Amino acid sequence: MAEGELDVEYVAKLVRLRLTPEEAEVFQEQLAHVLQYVNKLSDVDVSGLEAAAHAVPMFNVFREDEARDCFTAGEALQNAPRQANGLFVVTKVVE
Amino acid sequence: MTPRDLPALTISELQPLLRRREVSPREVLEALHARIDEVDPRLGAYLSVNRDTSFAAADAADGTLPLGGIPIAIKDNINVAGESCTCASRILENYRAPYDATVITKLRRAGAVPFGKTNLDEFAMGSSTENSSAGPTRNPWDLTRVAGGSSGGSAAAVAADLAVGALGSDTGGSVRQPAALSGIVGLKPTYGLVSRFGVTAFASSLDQVGPLTKDVRDAALLLNAIAGADPQDSTSLPGPVPDFTEHLGRDIRGLRIGIVKEHALQGIDAQVKAALEQATNHFHSLGAELVEVSLPHTEYAVAVYYVLATAEASANLARFDGVRYGQRAANPQNLLDHYERTRAEGFGREVKRRIILGTYVLSSGYYDAYYLRAQQVRELIRRDFTRAFEQVDVLLSPTTPAPAWKIGDHEADPLQVYLADIFTVPANLTGICGISVPCGFAEENGTRLPIGLQLLANTRDEQRLLQVAHAYEQTTDWHRLRPPSLAAS
Repeated sequence: MAEGELDVEYVAKLVRLRLTPEEAEVFQEQLAHVLQYVNKLSDVDVSGLEAAAHAVPMFNVFREDEARDCFTAGEALQNAPRQANGLFVVTKVVE
Repeated sequence: MTPRDLPALTISELQPLLRRREVSPREVLEALHARIDEVDPRLGAYLSVNRDTSFAAADAADGTLPLGGIPIAIKDNINVAGESCTCASRILENYRAPYDATVITKLRRAGAVPFGKTNLDEFAMGSSTENSSAGPTRNPWDLTRVAGGSSGGSAAAVAADLAVGALGSDTGGSVRQPAALSGIVGLKPTYGLVSRFGVTAFASSLDQVGPLTKDVRDAALLLNAIAGADPQDSTSLPGPVPDFTEHLGRDIRGLRIGIVKEHALQGIDAQVKAALEQATNHFHSLGAELVEVSLPHTEYAVAVYYVLATAEASANLARFDGVRYGQRAANPQNLLDHYERTRAEGFGREVKRRIILGTYVLSSGYYDAYYLRAQQVRELIRRDFTRAFEQVDVLLSPTTPAPAWKIGDHEADPLQVYLADIFTVPANLTGICGISVPCGFAEENGTRLPIGLQLLANTRDEQRLLQVAHAYEQTTDWHRLRPPSLAAS
């Protein structure tokens, strides 16, 4: 069933990845192959089973809401690809 | 002893020398640097070695601490303040960590000197360290073969005496598998025993940091340093942490070792199978009771893993957008162009494949069939292990179905590589602990290739896991054998 469904170029758009035509073609074939294998999961009877999101379930881990040290603006900006006046410079969003 | 001998020592051999000041931390570092200069150009274990900062840390080291003055190599997806942290990805080529990961803070507190960042598959996605933007790490036993992955740099560095010990991360076997293929010890602790804070996230419900070392005692010593609850990681396990060396040296008479019935069906290389049979007999001769157990959902583990790991990865890697850190494509035309080209130029092929697969299995219409179902089957796998640990103390298997493969052999067929994770992924899916220990060699055209056995124990049962691994190791010689000379000819 997998080959007909996964459209690599469409999913790549969703995740903001520009693929070359060569990549799209190769990934399409490779991932169809992987999905075909993964489809063996449809053989398993999962009725009534809870989904296990974590290996060791833990819920509602809270910490005290207290002030503590954090990055200075300078530290937060130190890896920015572009910055000015203590701010991140981003690509123009509104025309 | 000459300085040239220092890099070959274990942590527990080096410790007393440093404590008695027979050698200084600086001498140890210098010896490692010399060895790296000599060997690493042909091995590719390190991505960066910052000599100035490690010397400063070495000079300040307190030899009375448990790891006082011991240099530890760090996988390059673990943040060390001031050092680069590339995750072997172009997108983080110029990234400098602004802070220490909790494991680094803890190593420093124990006196260790974080030293050098090791190669990996990009964002830890892979089993061979071939998916590195810096090129592959080679296997010290055969330079034409992979060192395993994704912590291949850490494994090769320890195996070739370019490090006395190292940290890696294990999401589906990424500590245990390269340890097995490189002939050393690799430990994946119970999920949550070691903090993930400051470790670049790949699959958050599976990732766990673990040591790669020359023997089992060293793995226990490193675990002593890095384990423990961390308020910065909400998944870290609360409660006190024992001394993991405490049970080393106790005999294993009467302990029950499980052999998994379903593993016989998994297509294991003949030489690996023979080594494991020999190891099984050895455990029997040490007085352990061998018990056959069943893990009925074994054959689904790899499928479950590649759905969940890629789904989590697709979400975790969304942060790499070229805005706050990392590379940004030059002269973007608009925001979409900015995102699409930044990520296309920044990520390698395996990372792209996994982001696409992970997004697909989470997408509307396919979520139930893939992601939800994989989580449900994960629950079945967990129940299998719960039942097995009612019957046995540890489980024994090979770490990998085959020894190290040739570099480039599986490039076109990712599924082939995924399938080789069959013995390691269940520990990540279920959160239990596991260790790989050297148990023999395969011969391929006159070259010896290491084989590892894997022991698995229940959550928080590291003491027993290490006890059994140590009992085997100390009555065999495999861990003492070193790769052929790698010095430049």
